Amino acid sequence: MERRLLKDENDRVDGIFKVTGKAKYFAEYELPGLAYGVLVTSTITKGKIISLDTKAAEKAPGVISVLSHLNKPAAPAYEQEGGPAMKIFYTDKIFFNGQPIAIVVANTFERATYAASLVKATYAKEDFNTNFEKAVIDAKAKKLQGQPDYKRGIENAYKTAEVQIEAKYHLPIETHNPMELHGIIADWRPNNQVTVYAKTQGVKATQGTIANVFKIPIENIQVNSEFVGGGFGMALRTWPLEIATVMASRHIGKPVKVVITRMQMFTMVGNRPAAVQTIGLGANRDGILTGITHRAFGETSVYENFTEGVVNMAKFMYQCDNVNTQYTVVPVDLSVPIWMRGPGEATGAFALESAIDEMAHALDMDPIEFRIKNDPEKDQQRNKPFSDKNIKEAYRIGAQKIGWKERRNKPGSLVDGQWKMGYGVSIGVFNANRGRASVKGILKADGTLVLQSATSDIGPGTGTGMTLIASKLLGIPVDKIKFELGDSSLPPAPSQGGSATLSTVGSAVNDVCSSLKSTISELAANSNMDATSNFVDVLKKNNLPSIEITKQSQAGKEREEYSMYSFSIHFVKVKVNSLTGVVKVDKIVSVGDSGKIVSPKTARSQMVGGAVGGIGMALTEEAILDHRYGRYINNNFADYHVPVNADVPEIEVHFIDKPDPHINPMGAKGMGEIALIGFSAAVANAVFNATGKRIRTLPITPDKILASV
Amino acid sequence: MINFQYLRTTSVKTALSLLAKDKNSKFLAGGTNLVDLMKRGVTTPEKLIDINHVPLKQIELIGNKIIIGALASNTAVAENTLIREKLPLLAMALNAGASAQLRNVATVGGNMMQRTRCGYFYDTEMPCNKRQPGSGCGAIGGFNRMHAILGTSDKCIAVHPSDMCVALTALDSVVVLANAKGERKMLFKDFHRLAGDTPQLDNNLKADEMIVRLEIPTNNLIKNSHYLKVRDRASYAFALVSVAAALEISDNKITDVRLAMGGVAHKPWRLTASENFLKGKEATTENFEQASKLAMTDAKGFGENDFKLQMAPNSIIEALTIAKSKA
Repeated sequence: MERRLLKDENDRVDGIFKVTGKAKYFAEYELPGLAYGVLVTSTITKGKIISLDTKAAEKAPGVISVLSHLNKPAAPAYEQEGGPAMKIFYTDKIFFNGQPIAIVVANTFERATYAASLVKATYAKEDFNTNFEKAVIDAKAKKLQGQPDYKRGIENAYKTAEVQIEAKYHLPIETHNPMELHGIIADWRPNNQVTVYAKTQGVKATQGTIANVFKIPIENIQVNSEFVGGGFGMALRTWPLEIATVMASRHIGKPVKVVITRMQMFTMVGNRPAAVQTIGLGANRDGILTGITHRAFGETSVYENFTEGVVNMAKFMYQCDNVNTQYTVVPVDLSVPIWMRGPGEATGAFALESAIDEMAHALDMDPIEFRIKNDPEKDQQRNKPFSDKNIKEAYRIGAQKIGWKERRNKPGSLVDGQWKMGYGVSIGVFNANRGRASVKGILKADGTLVLQSATSDIGPGTGTGMTLIASKLLGIPVDKIKFELGDSSLPPAPSQGGSATLSTVGSAVNDVCSSLKSTISELAANSNMDATSNFVDVLKKNNLPSIEITKQSQAGKEREEYSMYSFSIHFVKVKVNSLTGVVKVDKIVSVGDSGKIVSPKTARSQMVGGAVGGIGMALTEEAILDHRYGRYINNNFADYHVPVNADVPEIEVHFIDKPDPHINPMGAKGMGEIALIGFSAAVANAVFNATGKRIRTLPITPDKILASV
Repeated sequence: MINFQYLRTTSVKTALSLLAKDKNSKFLAGGTNLVDLMKRGVTTPEKLIDINHVPLKQIELIGNKIIIGALASNTAVAENTLIREKLPLLAMALNAGASAQLRNVATVGGNMMQRTRCGYFYDTEMPCNKRQPGSGCGAIGGFNRMHAILGTSDKCIAVHPSDMCVALTALDSVVVLANAKGERKMLFKDFHRLAGDTPQLDNNLKADEMIVRLEIPTNNLIKNSHYLKVRDRASYAFALVSVAAALEISDNKITDVRLAMGGVAHKPWRLTASENFLKGKEATTENFEQASKLAMTDAKGFGENDFKLQMAPNSIIEALTIAKSKA
């Protein structure tokens, strides 16, 4: 008997593949003659390699080659002056503890692992500092401007306001740590033809980086990355470890696979940078904001600079004539950070949205009422109207669903034995981006449609969203549509980041499908068929096996006329044990205001995933270093606490689901970032409402609750 | 990682004779900790003796003792009806440990033998007197948020990570050890050691011995018992502080009480002074508070773990309060 699964058109198109193990991830590709690379890493934090003894490793069983700065495997870009400071295997300098200094390639992974343990380095050590918080307050430490200072009206106007608050907020290093470990398979063949199986958020970006480093034509490089086991931003660049793998394959003339260890995930593929932020808010006694000041310090590395949008939100989120921001990055001797979900905006929103709650409390106002009172009619930073914004409705829906009326403005009012209950709210906002992408559509006489674009799916369900857009436009059932991605030979699309894929690639899908539709209508008219004829009949009548159209799509003038953002409102109910300091999130309601919802199931999953990540950011996640050694202490999944099921309560997701009339043909905006941005502040605000304790340093672990007065 | 020999045995006798033959051999049961230690280069045995097929998985009531074989899995014990009915404290402690997947393969003996999760112990590039005697203690003056506040030494402030062992200590358990000559019994509370000057030694098991079973006397502490584990996330996290609390209350008086703590010392920490204080007294919050203070008499923080000086007594009060409230 045939088993049937209950399906509906909104199901993930690759769901069955994922749960049955048929989805093939980069590390699962078997190539003839595949060799295995294992990276040797520095055990000092700063200095120079004096000697590197690779003899024992080279003699170990199964070892094919050991590569390092001693033999500089060919990478023409690294042979030139300039470029990145940390050119892998082209420098003897050590910039951070855990830096790759050699790769051992062997015929099995175990043998490569063993041989890698035999490589011995000696170093000339130098003084270092991995302590970001220390560098921030050290007047002598190097500091760089991360973004031009911003000023509207009077600087630091909060200092003369009737009601003032000024507070400092601290965020530790967080690591992305998706389930899938990072790595790559590289296959460098004669005539400089290169195929890689990558874990990347952008196949075109990976292709471009390899072409640049090895100075070979882009067309020679084929990048495959159909399935990605989570990225969260860490796969937005091609890391030195990937370049090392390509070098190794070129050197030995065989395909090489590298999959790094969980410990190496803490030092080789970036992190959310630590931050220290000061917010100053001023308001009059009626609750009107009169001054916003946001000053932020963010962590960066000494060998490469990294900046992000930590202070962006303060410039436009609230109606206020006097706003100034400053963003400074402070280099420390750690590996370079990279965007992590929500990126800088999530860091900034923790501070700003905590401070807004602090001000509401200082005014003895309901925090929703205070926010709505200061909700701007237009974007004051850009002096433009918002393309679409429904946050008052979002507050109303969320407040009703979480049971906001049970909340008391006075902290510590709701008590059940040792447990104190509290409610918190915050808003998240992120640019509703739209880039440029191309999509090819192939409409076939067998009734199917194939869509192709070199975009990615790091988890949000790209293929599902695109399929639904096409299905609605052409009236073709979803199971007759195939969306192909993760292949650099397909029409170009940007990397998957900044919540832009649906808007960018979706628009191209829309355009290609509209084009296919009018082509079919023309063909129908030309062959004396009814204009509403089925495309299969039209193609058959015209003896066409298929028609093929490629369209490039990008934003127009609308982006000059309007300010475009996605919004989210997070409601959190917590309970806090006053004896043990344990915080339990009891209920979550997240409301998305991100235009038309194209794919309801995957959109909901995005919001759920963001809330889970938000619990981690708020309560559990912190990558801890011993600054005496510059080494991570909790670089494993037992000690770096990603939330587990037991930490996650019921999560309700609601959407405004109204099309943004200006952004793109679907009226749909991205939501990967807003699912997380602001969430941690909602938790901190709920903890304050429960206990009267304002925790300004994440994560809010039990010890901080007990220590706080 | 180094090469090692793998052997499998089906009897205690052969297991012990294989162990006697090679000083650098280790028993492999669930392997949930040993394999990690081998991967990190912390432990490098040349021979692994797989004892998973040795018939030591019994869970039975004999007279007034519950017997648990050393190779019974954590899950098998936690879900066993006899254990749930007679020793609920032990079932609760087991279920608070690790994750479901780990509990399915981890054994009772292995749980006792697991090593500290101190980060310095696992990183061979950092000092650790437990891993390499004389190299220093990284945690003193370093990251010591998870570390001990009771019975510490200037050589090591690591904590024993087990939950199960905290309950077993409270339950007056006895551990039975075997060597080639026969068996000997040891009070469970004497099995693990304090770090002292020999932090490399976690327990008093001799090189030629094997844990074969536990004997736990039945008791009247069934109804009012609770295992409270305070941790950074709700599952799969080691205890910041944990408390095994069991009360026998009659006519509003405490007729028997057991208290032990985890996450505070190099071994499961029985709170004898607190127990003695509570016996015969009323089960009131005031008395629980007094008892919690007695538990902290010699406690000492090392900076990042100072919060445990407050969290530990608070958790004792909370555990006793929850245990008392169980109907």
